[in-house]
Amino acid sequence: MALEQVKLEKCTEFISDGMYHKLEALLQKDKKSPEMLIFVLQQAQNIYGYLPEAVLLRISEALDVPKAKIYGVVTFYSQFHLKPRGRNVIRVCQGTACHVRGVSRIVGKIKEELGVDVGETTEDLRFTFESVACIGACGLAPVVMINSDTHGRLTADKVPLILSLYE
Amino acid sequence: MVFYRGHLLICGGTGCVSSGCKDVIAAFQEELRKRKLDEEIKIVETGCHGFCEKGPLVIVYPEGVMYCRVEVKDVQEIVGEHLMKGRPVSRLFFTEPLSLDKVPKYQEIDFYRKQQRIALRNCGYIDPENFNEYLARGGYAALEKMLSEMTPEEVTHAVKAAGLRGRGGGGFPTGTKWEFCAKAAGAKKYIVCNADEGDPGAFMDRSLLEGDPHNILEGMMIAAYAIGADEGYLYIRAEYPLAIKRIQTAISQAEELGLLGKNILGSNFSLTLKIKEGAGAFVCGEETALIASIEGERGIPRSRPPFPAVKGLFGKPTVINNVETFANVPQIILYGADKFAAVGTERSKGTKVFALTGKLRNTGLVEVPMGITMREIIYEIGGGTFEGKKFKAVQIGGPSGGCLPENKLDLPIDYDSLIQAGAMMGSGGLVVMDDESCIVDVARYFLSFTRSESCGKCTPCREGTMRLLEILERICAGEGVPEDIAKMEKLAYSIKASALCGLGQTAPNPILSTLRHFRHEYEAHINDKKCPAGVCQALFYYRIDDHTCVGCTVCAKICPVGAISGERKQAHQLDMVKCIKCGVCVERCPFHAIVKE
Repeated sequence: MALEQVKLEKCTEFISDGMYHKLEALLQKDKKSPEMLIFVLQQAQNIYGYLPEAVLLRISEALDVPKAKIYGVVTFYSQFHLKPRGRNVIRVCQGTACHVRGVSRIVGKIKEELGVDVGETTEDLRFTFESVACIGACGLAPVVMINSDTHGRLTADKVPLILSLYE
Repeated sequence: MVFYRGHLLICGGTGCVSSGCKDVIAAFQEELRKRKLDEEIKIVETGCHGFCEKGPLVIVYPEGVMYCRVEVKDVQEIVGEHLMKGRPVSRLFFTEPLSLDKVPKYQEIDFYRKQQRIALRNCGYIDPENFNEYLARGGYAALEKMLSEMTPEEVTHAVKAAGLRGRGGGGFPTGTKWEFCAKAAGAKKYIVCNADEGDPGAFMDRSLLEGDPHNILEGMMIAAYAIGADEGYLYIRAEYPLAIKRIQTAISQAEELGLLGKNILGSNFSLTLKIKEGAGAFVCGEETALIASIEGERGIPRSRPPFPAVKGLFGKPTVINNVETFANVPQIILYGADKFAAVGTERSKGTKVFALTGKLRNTGLVEVPMGITMREIIYEIGGGTFEGKKFKAVQIGGPSGGCLPENKLDLPIDYDSLIQAGAMMGSGGLVVMDDESCIVDVARYFLSFTRSESCGKCTPCREGTMRLLEILERICAGEGVPEDIAKMEKLAYSIKASALCGLGQTAPNPILSTLRHFRHEYEAHINDKKCPAGVCQALFYYRIDDHTCVGCTVCAKICPVGAISGERKQAHQLDMVKCIKCGVCVERCPFHAIVKE
C-alpha cells in the first residue's frame, strides 16, 4: 500500500510530539462527514502550522473525501499552506529604490545566513523568506520587513545582528 | 446591585485596539483603584464607535464627554481632573476641522449629529460580552413579541411592508426572499448569515458583529422563525478573530438562557446556530459560493436558478442575508413596519451604514438615512477634503461599484439612483478622492483585485478581467493606443452580460463608470501620455526649479539612487535617467523647489 508507506515514512516525526494524537482525536469527531472538510483542515493547520502531505492523506481516508478534492480545496483558499511557515516572516522589498540601493546584496546575505532561497522556510522553522513588490519606504531603501517591523537603510553586515533579534 | 455614579466607555473595536486601547484600559483600572474610585466609576469596554481615526476613544457618562486619541499618559489627568474634580480635560476634546471649535459632547460633533443609528444603535454603548446590557437596551423584546403574538406569515409580511432590502450589495427585497423560502417545499430549511465581508475599505459587518453580537443573533432568530428553519450558520471570515470570539460568546449565552435550542421561550420554535470560519476567498461573499464553502467544497459559484431560497445549503431551501440586513430586523418587528419605512426614499427604506475613507478629514463608520446626498456625507459628516485639495470623485461600492464625479454629489443616495448613475450600493465602502488621485490607476487597482480573486470557473471573468487589467496596465505605463478605450468597453459589456456570478458581472463596473464620467483622463493618458494627477510613474517627471532651490543639499543626501547633484548654496540638478520617481525629495525639500510635471 502506497498510502501506508507514505504514512510510515512521514508520520514518525508527527507522532513523537503528540500532534498525531490531536489530529486523530479531531478526526474521530468528524468521521465520514465531508462537509467538515474545511473545518478539519483549519484545525489540522492549527496543530501542525501547515498541512503536510501525510496529514492530508489521513484526512482523506477519515472523512472519505478523494485526495484530488482535498488538494483542490487546499489550493483554492489562501489561508492554507502546503509547506511549513516560519515563526517569523521576512519580507524583502523589491521596489526600484531598493533594487538600485543594492537590496540584492542583502538578499544574498540573508540567503547565506539562513541557507534558504526567497519563497522558502528554514528547516528549524525560524524564518519564512518572502519578497514583496514595494513597501513604500523608498527613502529608507534598502528595506526589509520582519513580521511587522521595518528595517531600513540596511547593509549586508547588519543582517546577522537583525536576524538574531528574532527567535 | 452596585450603583455607579459614572461610566467610562472605552472603545474596544479592532481599530482602537490597534491604536493601543488595551493599555489605556489597564491604566484606567489601575488609576481608579489607586484613587479608590473603582466602586464609583465603571469601565465598560464597548464595540466600535465608528470614529476609528480618532481612537482610542473614551466617553465619560453621564456627561457624554468624548476624549480622542487618549494615551496612557493622559489617564492620570482625566481621572484627577474630570472624575475627581469635575473639570473636563479640554485638550483631548474633538476639534471640528472647519471651525476649529473644541467640541466636548459626543452627540454634538458634526460627524455624529447627522447620523441616524438603527443598525448601529448599540455599537459603542454596550459591553458586547455582557448579555444584560443588550437586554437593557430592548434586546430580545422583538423575539418575545414575535413568539407570543405573530405567525411566521405576519413576520414575513412585516419585513416586506417595511421595504427592507439586502444590505450586502444587491439590494434584493428581504421579505420577498423570505417568502420564497417559506413557500418552498421541504421540512428542513436553513438560515445563513453572510459575514464574509471582503470588499477593500468596508468594515461595517465587522463592527456590528464585534459591537452588538446579540442583535445579529436576534435578527437571525426572527428570520428562521419566518421561513421555518431550525438550523443556521454564520459564515465569518477567519481574518476577523475578535468578531468570531464575540459571536461565539453570544451564542453560548443565548443557549444557556434558552434563547437558542429547543422550544425557545416555551414556544414550538427551535433553532441552533453554528459558526463557520471562512478560509480566505473573496468570492465566498457570493451566496452560492458561500453555500459551497459551508459544504466543505471550493468556494465556486453555481448557476442560478435554482435560487438558494428553493435549493440551497445541502440541497435544502436556504435564506442568506448580510449582517447589516439582520441588524435591522429586530427593530422592524419591535416597532412596526411603518416606523421603519418612514425613513428613507420611496424604494429604499431605512438607513445604510457606510465606511467613509480616503482623502477627507473625518473618516470612519457612519449610518445615514437613505436619500441623503453624497454632499452631506462628504462635507457635513466627513468634514470635506483636506485644505487646498479639490474634490475629484467618490468611489462607492468597492470592486463592484463605480466612481461618481462632482456633478453627481447632490444625487439622493439609494439603491436605484446609484445604479442609474453607473455605480452601485455594494457593501457601502465610500472612498473619497482628490485631484492627487488618478482615476485610471484606481480602476487598475480594483481590476487587479477582482482578477486575483476570480475563482476561475467561468471564462468571461477568468480571462476577461485578465485582459482588462493588461490594457489598463499598458495605459498606465504610457503605452496605450486610441483603440484601447473602445476595446475595453466592448470587453466590459460582454463580461457583464456573460459572467456566471455577481463578482464577474460587476467586475467591469470600475472601468465603465470611470469611462463614463472621466473619459478625458483616459484620453490624457493615451493621447497626451500625461497623468493629470501625477500618479502613474511612467507619465510624469520631477524637475528642480533653479529659482527656488537654495542648494541646501537635503535632497541630494536623501535621494536613494544619487540622481541629484550640485554644489552647496547652488541650484541642484536632477538626472532624469537615474531618477526612479520615488518622491522622497519632494517630501523633504523645505523650499518646495522640486516640481512634478
